[in-house]
Amino acid sequence: MWSVVRSALTVACSLLILAGCGGKSSAGKGEGDAAAKSGKVLNLYIWSDYLAANTLPDFEKQTGIKVNVAYFDTNETLETKLLAGSSGYDVVLPTASYFERQIKAGVYQSFDKSKLPNLKNMDPQLMLLVAMHDPNNAHGLIYLWGTNGIGYNEKMVKSILPNEPLDTWKLVFDPVYASKLAKCGISVLDSPAEVFRAVYNYLGKDPNSQKPEDLVVAEDVLMKIRPYIRNINSSEYIEALANGDVCVSVGYSGDVLQSRDRAREANKGIEIKYIVPKEGTILWFDMLAIPKDAPHPDSAYAFINYLMQPEVMASISNFKRFANANAAALPLVDKSVTGDPVIYPTPEERKRLSVQLADSIDQTRAITRIWQRFKTGR
Amino acid sequence: MAKRSLLKRLGISGGTFVVAVPYIWLLLFFAVPFIIVLKISFSDIDLAIPPYKPLIESAGNHLIAIKLNFNNYFFLFTDSLYFSAFLNSIKVAFISTVLCLLVGYPMAYGIARSAPATRNILLLLVVLPFWTSLLLRVYAWIGLLKANGVINNVLQWMGLIDEPLPMLYTQFAMYIGIVYSYLPFMILPLYSNLEKMNWQLLEAAQDLGCRPWQSFYKITLPLSRNGILAGSMLVFIPAVGEFVIPALLGGPNALMIGRILWDEFFSNRAWPVASAVAILLLIVLVPFMMWYQSVQARESAGDGR
Repeated sequence: MWSVVRSALTVACSLLILAGCGGKSSAGKGEGDAAAKSGKVLNLYIWSDYLAANTLPDFEKQTGIKVNVAYFDTNETLETKLLAGSSGYDVVLPTASYFERQIKAGVYQSFDKSKLPNLKNMDPQLMLLVAMHDPNNAHGLIYLWGTNGIGYNEKMVKSILPNEPLDTWKLVFDPVYASKLAKCGISVLDSPAEVFRAVYNYLGKDPNSQKPEDLVVAEDVLMKIRPYIRNINSSEYIEALANGDVCVSVGYSGDVLQSRDRAREANKGIEIKYIVPKEGTILWFDMLAIPKDAPHPDSAYAFINYLMQPEVMASISNFKRFANANAAALPLVDKSVTGDPVIYPTPEERKRLSVQLADSIDQTRAITRIWQRFKTGR
Repeated sequence: MAKRSLLKRLGISGGTFVVAVPYIWLLLFFAVPFIIVLKISFSDIDLAIPPYKPLIESAGNHLIAIKLNFNNYFFLFTDSLYFSAFLNSIKVAFISTVLCLLVGYPMAYGIARSAPATRNILLLLVVLPFWTSLLLRVYAWIGLLKANGVINNVLQWMGLIDEPLPMLYTQFAMYIGIVYSYLPFMILPLYSNLEKMNWQLLEAAQDLGCRPWQSFYKITLPLSRNGILAGSMLVFIPAVGEFVIPALLGGPNALMIGRILWDEFFSNRAWPVASAVAILLLIVLVPFMMWYQSVQARESAGDGR
């Protein structure tokens, strides 16, 4: 009987594996063998649901290049594939703080800017900001960008804090506020480096501080508010905020926007707001970059240059409602997008934004360790 | 034909070939990856592709230097985090195993005592969940357990509770997920053991005046000992390193060694330290695996009875 059971298990397991393979190849790079022979292929590794509906079909039509898309869900997944080497991707979209470290690890090739004539369309000021990660913008271009801030359920928060200003990190990091808001639920991102930036902004310190003594102070802030935090996650909060499971979330502007839309669709009278705290916060940039060992670099250049066309970029911003860094595309973006301060921060807010530089190996380890204490609450 | 003659020419008999297959399998999918992980665990972290320094370096003058860095292991003992994570993982795995046994034993017993025709259907039902991805099944539990999920809504609709019970992201949800996912691994070996039992022993016991629970305690339970041990090891060993279920269902305070591995590997990018944790995990699990092997050997030796 053992053997029967075992073979049944084996069959079940191999079916599972087969099912797994099936799923992978349809989303991955197994397709387009015929096109691969002609060299007209692009292997794109991107966040899910991060392009306009017509972006890839139009590109394929214009250039005859077949695009194979695979999706990653965290920067860590992307980074691990890149650091392991021979990832097989031609264009990847790391977030700038990861991108900076990956450049130092020698992951990316430096751009041959003659192949990117549409570079002239980029917003020089934003490109100057990412040059802090990547001197001379040698390895990457901004795809879309946004801020980290606080999303909150207006009705629930106002009923608890009727007369307080809400544009502050105090909502989360001041135990007086946090203990009150704990009743309706607070969530923070499960992203230690970014939450530390927020704590440093709250404390009025340099958000990119690498000083050990600042870590001690930040840990103290975090441990004091730990009892009032309901969830620590980087994606479930979108849903939780939208249906009232939490009322305050430290999150990404794009996610809070998505949450606001879901709440409006559900039509249960929940209105989600987003603020850039007055103490300041960090910007995020999702970059377009080409790995050194990209099998089809020419397709990669063609794709990046295509994305920098004003119409293409504008349609992505209109469709996804994220801010782009393409100055020439700005007039083509809907007023409802450019005029939305969640998407395009006001000039006043922009003064409070700073870039999240990469941490050293030791700093990362120290932050992770504090984060483990914070999460487990001991 | 060509293959057989090739084997013959190489002096490999069919028997040797058949025996060699599992060893080749072990070599390729266990020994080689293990050696790679072991190698990384002795190297230094580096910001490069791959993110660790090579063990073997040329030292000039036709010399090669092999640098073994034991610090990754020492480091694990300088911070209580790793020890408590190991301890907690073993605790979670142990409790899950006991729960699986409590739920699985009656099920296996029921299947073994049912009519042969129904048995196959019941067994199929036990294996059937495997046809869906583990991830999907765990996500289904999220839908059941969350604040405005199925269970809470039903309880509220029935008026049993006023506010949703916080079930998701708790230890409770984590144990449900683990027990649910690993239950077949408990039931199947238990069943195959119980199925071989000589039920006439129970009749004999009854004839001699034994009450049903006494005969269960004195006959069935001791005879199924090997099945219990085999099932328990099949649940316990993978549950120690479980990552997905605690990550999705458990609260943020679930400190499991799988999570620590993830943090080391992905957050800290410390492949060497992560490898050291993995090697240590293996060392912790080896005694249990050896025990399981000996139980299995006894089990198959007893097949002829």
